[in-house]
Amino acid sequence: MVEGIQSVSQVTSWLVSGRTLFLAIHILGVACFAYIVAKRLVPLLRAERDLRFDRPLVRLERVFKFWLGQWKHPRYKTAGTLHILIFAGFILLAMRAFAVLIVGVSQNFVMPGLSGRAGQIYDVITDYAATVVFLCMVVAVIRRLVFKPARYEVPARFGKAHTADAVFLLALIAILMVADSLFEAAKAAGQSQLGQPVETLAVLSLPWILQIALLPVATATIGKVYAGAYLLHEVTFYFLLCYRPFGIQFHVETSLFNVYFAKLDREILKPVRWGVSDEHLDQVKSFGVKTFEDFTWKHMLDFYSCADCGRCSDNCPSNAVGRPLSPRFLTIKARDYAFQHYPMFRHSDVGSGSGNGNSKPLIGHLYSEDEIWSCTTCGACEEECPLLVEYIDKIVDLRRGLIDDGNVPQSLQKPLKALESRGNPYGKMEKKKADWANAKEFQQVCQVKTLGKSNGADTLYFVDSITSYDDRMQSIGRATAKILDHVGENFGILGAAERDSGHEVRRFGEELLFTALRDHNVEAIKASGVKKIVTADPHAFNALKHDYKDVPEVEHISQVIAREVKTGKIKFNPLESRDKVYTYHDPCYLGRHNQVYDDPRDVLDAIPGLKRVEMSRSRDRSFCCGGGGLMLFYEPKEEQRMGVKRVQMAAEAGANVIVTACPFCMVNIEDAIKVAGLEGKMTAIDLAELVDQEMVREEQKAV
Amino acid sequence: MEILVCARRVPDTSENEIELNSAGNDIERDELVYSINEPDNYAVEEALQIVARIGGNVTVVTVGGEDDEEILRREMAMGANHGVLITDEAFSGSDARGIATILKSFVRKGNYDLILTGVQAEDGGAQVGGMLAAMLDYPFASLVNSIEVLEGRKLKVSREIEGGNKEMSEIDLPCVLSIQTGINEPRYVGMRGIRAVASVPIPTFGVSELGVDPGAVGEAAAKVKRVDYFVPALGKGAEMLKGSREENVHKVLELVAAKGGLK
Amino acid sequence: MARIFAYIVHKAGVADDSAAQLAAAAKKIDPTASPTALLTGWGADLNAACSALRASYAEIWTISNEAFAYPNAELIRKALVKVVPPGSIVLVAHEHFGIDLAPGLSIKLNSTFVSDVLDIAGVEGSDLKVVRQEFGGQVSAHVCCDISSGAVVTVRPGAFKSLESAPVAVTVVDKSSEVGALSAGRRYLETIAAEAGDVDITKHNVLVSIGRGIQKQENVAIAQDLAEAMGAAVSCSRPVVDAKWLGKSRQVGSSGKTVKPKVYLACGISGAFQHLAGLKGSPFLIAINKNPRAPIFQVADVGIVDDILEFLPELTNKVREMRSVAAK
Repeated sequence: MVEGIQSVSQVTSWLVSGRTLFLAIHILGVACFAYIVAKRLVPLLRAERDLRFDRPLVRLERVFKFWLGQWKHPRYKTAGTLHILIFAGFILLAMRAFAVLIVGVSQNFVMPGLSGRAGQIYDVITDYAATVVFLCMVVAVIRRLVFKPARYEVPARFGKAHTADAVFLLALIAILMVADSLFEAAKAAGQSQLGQPVETLAVLSLPWILQIALLPVATATIGKVYAGAYLLHEVTFYFLLCYRPFGIQFHVETSLFNVYFAKLDREILKPVRWGVSDEHLDQVKSFGVKTFEDFTWKHMLDFYSCADCGRCSDNCPSNAVGRPLSPRFLTIKARDYAFQHYPMFRHSDVGSGSGNGNSKPLIGHLYSEDEIWSCTTCGACEEECPLLVEYIDKIVDLRRGLIDDGNVPQSLQKPLKALESRGNPYGKMEKKKADWANAKEFQQVCQVKTLGKSNGADTLYFVDSITSYDDRMQSIGRATAKILDHVGENFGILGAAERDSGHEVRRFGEELLFTALRDHNVEAIKASGVKKIVTADPHAFNALKHDYKDVPEVEHISQVIAREVKTGKIKFNPLESRDKVYTYHDPCYLGRHNQVYDDPRDVLDAIPGLKRVEMSRSRDRSFCCGGGGLMLFYEPKEEQRMGVKRVQMAAEAGANVIVTACPFCMVNIEDAIKVAGLEGKMTAIDLAELVDQEMVREEQKAV
Repeated sequence: MEILVCARRVPDTSENEIELNSAGNDIERDELVYSINEPDNYAVEEALQIVARIGGNVTVVTVGGEDDEEILRREMAMGANHGVLITDEAFSGSDARGIATILKSFVRKGNYDLILTGVQAEDGGAQVGGMLAAMLDYPFASLVNSIEVLEGRKLKVSREIEGGNKEMSEIDLPCVLSIQTGINEPRYVGMRGIRAVASVPIPTFGVSELGVDPGAVGEAAAKVKRVDYFVPALGKGAEMLKGSREENVHKVLELVAAKGGLK
Repeated sequence: MARIFAYIVHKAGVADDSAAQLAAAAKKIDPTASPTALLTGWGADLNAACSALRASYAEIWTISNEAFAYPNAELIRKALVKVVPPGSIVLVAHEHFGIDLAPGLSIKLNSTFVSDVLDIAGVEGSDLKVVRQEFGGQVSAHVCCDISSGAVVTVRPGAFKSLESAPVAVTVVDKSSEVGALSAGRRYLETIAAEAGDVDITKHNVLVSIGRGIQKQENVAIAQDLAEAMGAAVSCSRPVVDAKWLGKSRQVGSSGKTVKPKVYLACGISGAFQHLAGLKGSPFLIAINKNPRAPIFQVADVGIVDDILEFLPELTNKVREMRSVAAK
């Protein structure tokens, strides 16, 4: 408050006193915002239910980590730093902004607790905060206009560039900072000119700089600047508040909720319908998401919360190879749909849910079928998203809808039919499932028992379809069996009683076929009486761990080997060849989905003489090989194979041997080596195969 | 339009290994999986697409026993309105003509505008459709790979002839068509659809319901009988190369070059 | 023994190859009999076809009618029913016209029908014993047909070898007047020629042909690489076209193109006869297939049991190696 300069609440313009004007703006602004938010909530009220209200303490913890702590942001250093600064600035400025708004109505308002020393310190902090935010805006605009990071680009098929809108918003925030700083600066300049005690401004902050600029200006003008800056601040503040829900900036308001309600059990797929148990699924009229209203309210909140940062698509392997899928636009298109069909002023032109004919089907209008089938469910998108937007559940739900309507690509129909009649996608006979283990030559090296009434064991080796039937992958099965044998594991296989784990069947949306396969397997597993399960197939591992209930604990063979390396049961001969450079490719369903990153690496590092390099994309940034299970049958429209890109990454890292721990990765990578023309220059080997090869065996020890 | 599709349950050619049984008089049937004859499935899909365009009903009928019900249910899960099982002890052992006779009596009980069959089944007979048409005195066209519904109770059909050419004809309704694979892309039938129709009652028709002369059908009346299955001695045939892949590649190259196959 | 007739298909005045084969089949039914050719048509085409048949048949019945300018199976059946004596045996080639005509003909003649016969063992009493195949050629079957009231038999093209001897005196009988007015519920409109694809496989001497064994569309490139290296063209069997991995113009078979290459590589092709029917001129046939019991191995010259997805790329590499050595 400056004596000699009218406080803004008392300024009169056009017969309206400042207080009245600003009070009116407050009321109008808040009312508009409330109306807008209410309208935005309408589709959420029509959406499917989503049970997200449990474990509030865990949720709060995650809010601290991901929202307040900006946990995912540093994954992109420049943008991450900028955003952390901006976010911190906003949080710090929150109270000041509130105080500034009130001052227009009640001129002596001071935030409770912020009078005196505390207030001064707070003012200094916020001076710098505003400055930092302002500078960040400048840097952000320069990034957008000059450096143009690739992930912000909008491919032609998705419409016009978002740059103009982005720059507009950045500019508005900058203006808000300037207006606020100018308001402070004008007050201090006025106080200085009138010889009053000057409110401390932080040295070299924006208000400080502006104050110096204002000192030579006439007092009356400063008065006008003071009032003008305030008005600008008010108007900009409320404009932003009401404009934000119309675009990506809505995430400012929704991010807190989006993170709070984010999925806690990441690996458990959304059920067909929350609150409907498996036995009652027959009563559900329509499976999956076919219209917009079939999404749950949380999925709709996801659409609102997307900040269009492009990190998901930047890491999406489908997007990288030119498939029609771009996760970012899956979200943006849905958000735009919501904005279009649930407008501010007219009534929504849509009925509710799939039951009412009014809502258009998403497939064919908003999304193409190929867009939805292209996803390998690798999880890279979800791993990146700073707002914890979920993708896999939505893709699976959309696929459930496609399957429900019989809209399945011909290339997938055959393996699905084979899974139904023979329990494996190749249509091979059940009685041949254990042929890989019962081959005479192999039986002489390693006895693998098939569990049955007379044959029990502690541990089940769940082999799954590809390792059982594919000529090449059977070698992984044999290597795994030999390793288990070597460490003295009392194990067996289910043989003809084993069906495909159904992992991809579920993720391709054929929920009922999945439950049929799962129930069959669970019964067989229970009947076998095993206490542990081991598998060399990360997809089976993930299924047994998360999709299956009431089965014993499951481990991946790499975890078993790592443990036995530590106990000393597995020792390695020094590697013979000098010119091999190894790199480990993290399978999506072992690494990213189940966080098993170190065990395979520890195993490799335990082999004397083994030279290992890391690819730039490794661990949770690993690049999907192309997908497994049913994805091997799908014929995508793409510019390049994912496997080829991955093999090139290995070559770039200086490796000539790719080690992987998944039979599907093996198929894709070996294939890619040929397609990329790297035959003879690059080879691939499975971890179990390598361990089996290099392990020290008793006979040798004796010598 | 009322469309009847005559279908058959056969051992699935892609998910089975066809071998002779130890007695040598039949194929080993213990572990076969069965499904609807592929051309019949294309026929049902075609029928569904026609009624989706112009309205009507699709009925799928099969002659057999309890086991054959599953294909009716599957096609109903696909969208067919009705499934009918024609079953009677008197029908077993019928030859193709017997089957056609049985189907003819069924057709006479209804009011079908269009009757479809698949071009052939696993025995490669390609006969029931043509026989049925002649018995009913309906016009017939085989190897149909496209159907267009015209005004005035007519269809325009395309038949697949040599060289990939298409023979276009106009055919009056009611008629019988045998459908060739590739005419359309059959929709997927999911487990959910199958479960949904699992308890739908399927009407059965026997000798008395059809009013068919038992002396004209069944084993006794069959004039064509399979005596046995055999695998011919592979005496003459290919010279099988037995070497390693590398050796075989080398040999193939040699042979091709020798025959002037490398420009 | 009943009288044996052979219905002959002809196009543009040229009798189909099957004409002589049907005569050979007739001889296996009854070595003493001389089969009668049945020929329907109109104008110059009919006359030319008739002349061509003199080499194989001692007696030819012709039915000339404007309605037969284009062979319409419905109309032809009506005509044949008027002229063929009851109890006769009628042989027809098992291809698209025979499939259209023969089953209905057997009903109207009130005779037994058996289709796609590969071999004839002979007649025993009133039973004709034949050999057929089932399950796409994976098994064969002996079949017994009661021909006491006649039979219509369709014969697999190429299964019977044409006979050498030519009959001396040929009688041509014009049966046109016995037929009467002809109308049918099916009327021919036009023939739409197959779209010319980018490649005319009938013009190539070497074909790399793929079947279901190629498994996926993206693997077609493996065959294309080989064809390119060899200076050959890629052709295929029906399932590849049904799956839309290659265009119809690439299909070899009875409903596709007829090709006469010098060398034919059948890769992942089972050997169903509808496909082999498109192969003429006795090419050198190399078959590669994962299934050792694939019927193709019965007709190939050289066979390899292997996975084409592994074998073909190696073959391609060897071809390229050979060429680069030769170029030096």
